[in-house]
Formats: sequence, structure tokens, C-alpha cells
Amino acid sequence: MVARQLMPHQDAKERARNFDEVALGYTKEQAIAEASRCLECRNPKCVQGCPVNIDIPGFIAQIKTGNFGDAIATIKLTNSLAAVCGRVCPQEVQCEELCVLAKKGEPVAIGRLERFCADHEREKGVVTPVRTQPSGRRVAVIGAGPAGLTAAADLAKAGHAVTIFEALHDTGGVLTYGIPEFRLPKAIVREEVDYIRQLGVDLKVDYVIGKIKTLEDLRGDFDAVFLGTGAGLPNFMGIEGENLNGVYSANEFLTRVNLMKAYLFPDHGTPIKRGKRVIVVGGGNVAMDAARSALRLGAEEVSIVYRRGEDELPARKEEVENAKEEGIVFRLLTNPVRILEGENMTVKGVECISMELGEPDESGRRSPVPKEGSEHIIDADIVIIAIGTSPNPMILSGSDGLKVGSRGTIVVDGSARTSLENVCAGGDAVTGAATVISAMGAGKLAARTINDYLMNN
Amino acid sequence: MSYTILEKKQIAPQVHLMKVLAPDVAKAAKAGQFIILRIDETSERIPLTIADFDAGEGYVTIIFQEMGKTTKQLAKMSDTDVLQDFVGPLGKPADVQKLGTVILVGGGVGIAPVYPQVKAYREAGNKVISIIGARNKDLLVLEDEMQDASDELYVATDDGSKGHHGFVTEVAKKILDSGEKIARIVVIGPPILMKVAAGMTAPYGVETIVSLNPIMIDGTGMCGGCRVSVGGETKFACVDGPEFDAHKVDFNLLMSRLGLYRSEEAQCQEDHNCTCRSGN
Repeated sequence: MVARQLMPHQDAKERARNFDEVALGYTKEQAIAEASRCLECRNPKCVQGCPVNIDIPGFIAQIKTGNFGDAIATIKLTNSLAAVCGRVCPQEVQCEELCVLAKKGEPVAIGRLERFCADHEREKGVVTPVRTQPSGRRVAVIGAGPAGLTAAADLAKAGHAVTIFEALHDTGGVLTYGIPEFRLPKAIVREEVDYIRQLGVDLKVDYVIGKIKTLEDLRGDFDAVFLGTGAGLPNFMGIEGENLNGVYSANEFLTRVNLMKAYLFPDHGTPIKRGKRVIVVGGGNVAMDAARSALRLGAEEVSIVYRRGEDELPARKEEVENAKEEGIVFRLLTNPVRILEGENMTVKGVECISMELGEPDESGRRSPVPKEGSEHIIDADIVIIAIGTSPNPMILSGSDGLKVGSRGTIVVDGSARTSLENVCAGGDAVTGAATVISAMGAGKLAARTINDYLMNN
Repeated sequence: MSYTILEKKQIAPQVHLMKVLAPDVAKAAKAGQFIILRIDETSERIPLTIADFDAGEGYVTIIFQEMGKTTKQLAKMSDTDVLQDFVGPLGKPADVQKLGTVILVGGGVGIAPVYPQVKAYREAGNKVISIIGARNKDLLVLEDEMQDASDELYVATDDGSKGHHGFVTEVAKKILDSGEKIARIVVIGPPILMKVAAGMTAPYGVETIVSLNPIMIDGTGMCGGCRVSVGGETKFACVDGPEFDAHKVDFNLLMSRLGLYRSEEAQCQEDHNCTCRSGN
């Protein structure tokens, strides 16, 4: 068996100081070699692991024979954001986890092959999609993130007239404001969105639903509505010192860097505090993104402070490894108790307590318990809180009948239907903060449900 | 998107009025709300409280003072120029009810956001006493409009060049001392003015509302940069406000957080000036 092709990376020392993409992508030769590892199982398990059900063995077989154009066409049958998914999907717990080869060792690098196909097409010029015969039905999609874009693409392909309403000035949702340039170049997001525009989708930015119009208004103006409003409200810990100058939510820090391009200040007008010693609280992908961004902004030391152990880190392994290679310090089994105040209400450090793992909690992970008397102080001038986000309640103003769960998430049935007729929802607004691909899967499901509804009403 | 500037004029030294064509925003706008604008692709997003709006004509009026790089750039724009982004209306509308007699206080460019509230409170059936103030008479904006919209108007200037020689809060205090029953005081202006006003009214037990304008990016609750402490609780000014009970606001925190990027702003100004000079 041929070994899995390694992904070429920018050198760790160098990349820790720039915002260019870290993973460089396979060459044609590498892609063909990697594709040749696929056994083309008769009953391919990998497809079951894909939330958008890409014909994985199908497109890999086309790569094998060098038919890259056909391969991307196969992917695009079910996935309108291939270049994004090839970069940010957690394949190791989805398609690749179920690959037969994974049992014997290394699975086929499905994600990297998907990325290769999308990048190859982009270099050659994306094929303009053929528009479908109009159905005469109109659908409003709220939020231009992964869920909304996917739902919009599928609905447009079915012939419906789709309008997306986006509150920010740019499209892409978390792909644009959250995930950094070095992991997902914004030019790629823009091109994927352009493709969706070419399908006939009308994109309105600067348009805040809940303020300009309510959900109720949209239900009247359109035949159906999809809510892909995400989980944009940052959680804080509620500890002393959290409002000091120099404490950021990961959302704010990343939005400044990614959406507003603060790393290019003053050429771009939005400033950001460039810390010398930065502490990031949390252990997910967002925490890794924030820590690695802080390093690239010139910090001398960036630490991840996480209350559980290495095995419990919710971030993708690949991102944890990338972060370690770049020099991010991991202070595991450590929990902040309070943020210490320096001059002029700025941050001067964080008092932490050491933790040990006790019994498993309801999430199945062993819950951390503080070790008495282990308080210690870590110096810091910037603290970034990356402990998760909640759905944004603003959209709900003026939509009384919409059933919402205890954590502010929108309640849906197995077909993405909300409690309101002709309104579906999906993505982080329903699940709470999760992955790009699960939001896309939900967008697809909702598009199917809405299409059925429009065809039968 | 792009939003055309219908009219732009200087109304006081370094203070400008701009009418921006934004029909969706104008149609939905209410007194007390704000917008966020971005001049072009590389600009920052800045929040500005709505000074007036006309749903029929489809425009929103903003009034701003030249402070940093962005507002200076904005000041150089003229009629028919376009803004890249103009988002709103954001924040909760002012809680305008029929209460009796209310005092509305505007300091400096804070007079601008007070103006639509004066109209709204008056329409709701209140007697509106307005007090406007500035450093000197040249910096007083919307005086005629405020005169027309209010039942009574008082003017104060720091240098005594017009009206009461001193602060707007002193005028408000006199009215409170006169024994007239005041149901509510709304104060909008620089944070230090709002802080002083809150301290002044507290012993009278008069409900006092302030409109906060902290640093923010998205204005929809996403970044949390605009967090303020109100009654010991953290609130996001963009979605929970911008209006809060003045007696509960931690103004020191607000003022400190407003100064967060002072050094970056200075660096930016320097670069800006350097570029200008090299162009000469």
C-alpha cells in the first residue's frame, strides 16, 4: 500500500509571522497518487460520513484518470462550497474516519483531494452554471453563512428565486469574519459566493432582519423562509476583570482581523491591540484561530488556557498540531479565576487555578475539578475569550410564534421545519456553535424540505 | 452596496450634516436608533446616532464631528458621493411615552440625536423642555430646529458667548430646583457630560436616560466590543441599548474603553499627515 500523500505546508517559523495560507495544496501528481489509494469500495462508507453526501469514490476515480474537470462537477452536484470544505471540514471524524483504509492505517485524504479539485478548477476558470427554468416561487434566506449559502444554492438549482439577507457588509458568515486568511483565504470564499450568485441568487448585504424587516414581514413577502442566522453572540465567563481594556471576545478579535483586516492597519482603518503576551481561553478551533492570529500580529508569547486535558481539546488535531509547531504554548488543565487590572483599566495578567479530571459529565468528557491552593498568575496584556457563542436573539424580534429552546436555539423537526409554517432553519442557529459542514448539511436538508413544500402548495 | 449622499453641509466648525439615501433604513428608523457606516472597502465601520429621517424621501440624516481619520475623511465627501455601507436602524428605539414634562439635554454633537427624540416626545403628548449646549455659540447645532420642536429651549455655552454661561447640567438643575414636576431627563453628549448629569439628577430621584456610543464593529451583538457595565451587569450597547438608566452606568469604564485605540489612532493620524505632506 502506498503511503498517504503528505500535505505541503509553509514552514512553521516563517508562517507564524504571516497571514498567507498554511497548507499549500497537492500537486497534480500528488493528487493522482493519493486518488490511486482509493479501493473504490462497492458499498462506500465514506459517503455516509459526509453531511452533504458527495459521491466520494466517484470523484476520486475521475482524479485517478486525470479528469479533474469531471471530478469537480461530481462534487458540485451536492456541494457548492468545495474549496471551503476541502480546507475546513473535520474529515478525520467524518468521511475519512469511515474509509476502509482507516482501519488498517491511513485513510484516503478525501478532504485534500476535494480541495485539489476545487483549486484546479479555480485556476482554470470556473464553469458558469446553467440556470434552471424559474418555478415562480420566492424564498428568503436570512444569513449568508455556510447554511444559508448552501440552502440558497440548492433552492436556486431547483428554479426558485432566492434572496439572501445578510447583516454584515460582506458575505460568507463565519467563513469571512471567523476563519482566518491563513486557513481559508478570503479570495476563495468570494469566488465560491460568486458561483452561488451565478446560480441566480440575489444577495443583499447591510440588511438586518429583525430591524429593517421582521421575520413576519418576510413570511408575507416570500413563499418560504430559511433561517441560517448562526450563533453569533459571544459568551463570556462572568469573571472579575472581563470588561478591562485588552479583553476581547474571540468573535471581536477575529472579526477585526479577518472581516476588517486589522492586520493591515493603518492601510485598513480598523485597529487592533497587538499584545506581547496573549492568553486565549478555550480549546476549540476558534481558540486555535485566535491564538495563531495573535502570534501573526507579533506577540512574543501566546498561550492557550484550557480547563481540560489534551485529549479533550475540541479543536481539530491538525489545527492543534499546526498551533504547536508555530510555538503556541498549551496551558492545559488550567482555568482562569479572574483577570488582573493594571494601569488605566488595562489587563496585566490572569489568575488561574490548576484543574484535575474527575468523573465524566453529561458531555461524556471527564469534568475538570479545581485543585485547591494551586492558584497562580500568568502575565498577559491581551486576553481573548473563546469559550463559545450562542444564537443571536435579534432576528427573533417580531416573530412571536417561533419556538426557541432554552439556550436560544431555534427548535426544528427532523426535516428542518420550525414551529412556523413555511419557515425552516438550520446551522448554528439550531445546534449552537458547530462545524461549517454540519451547517451546510442542515442547509441542504432545509432546501429539500422547502422545495417539497413549494411543490405541494 | 452603495448609498448616495444627497446633501452634505458644514453646520459648525468641524461639524457636518449629511443626508444619505437609504430608503430601507429610513422606513424602519425610530428616534434613539443608530446606523453604522463604512466609507469604502478599507474603512472601519463607525456607529452614528440617527439625527433625522424621512421615510417618504428615503433618506437618513447624520451629524458628525471631525475626530479621527474616518470622520475627517467623511468630512471631505460631498453631494452625490457614495458610501460603501450604511447599515441600520440598529439598537432599540428610545422608550418614548406620554409622561408629562420631560427635559431633553444635548451637548455638542449630542444635540443631533436629541432632536428626533424631542419631536417624538412632543408627538407623544409631553411638554418638552430642551437644553442644548456647546463650548461656544459657533458650535451650537440645530438651534432653530430645536426651537421649533420644543416647548421651551434653553441654551448654555462654556464661554458664555450665548445663553447661560456654564454647563447644560446647571440649567437642568435650576429647572429641577424650581419645583416643576419633571418625569424624565434624557441626556446625550460626551460621556463626561452624561456622567456629570447622572450625578446631578441622582439626588432628585428623577429618571435619567443616557445614550451610549462605545466602540463597536458589527452593531448586531456579534463582537461584544461595545460592552458596558449597567447596574453591575455587562450589557452590549448595540443590542441592549444604546439607551440606559444613567444612574446605573459605569461611566469610568465607558470612558476608559473609548480610549482603547488612542495610540493606534495617533499613529494613523501621523501616517495620514505624512502622506498628505509628501503629496505637497
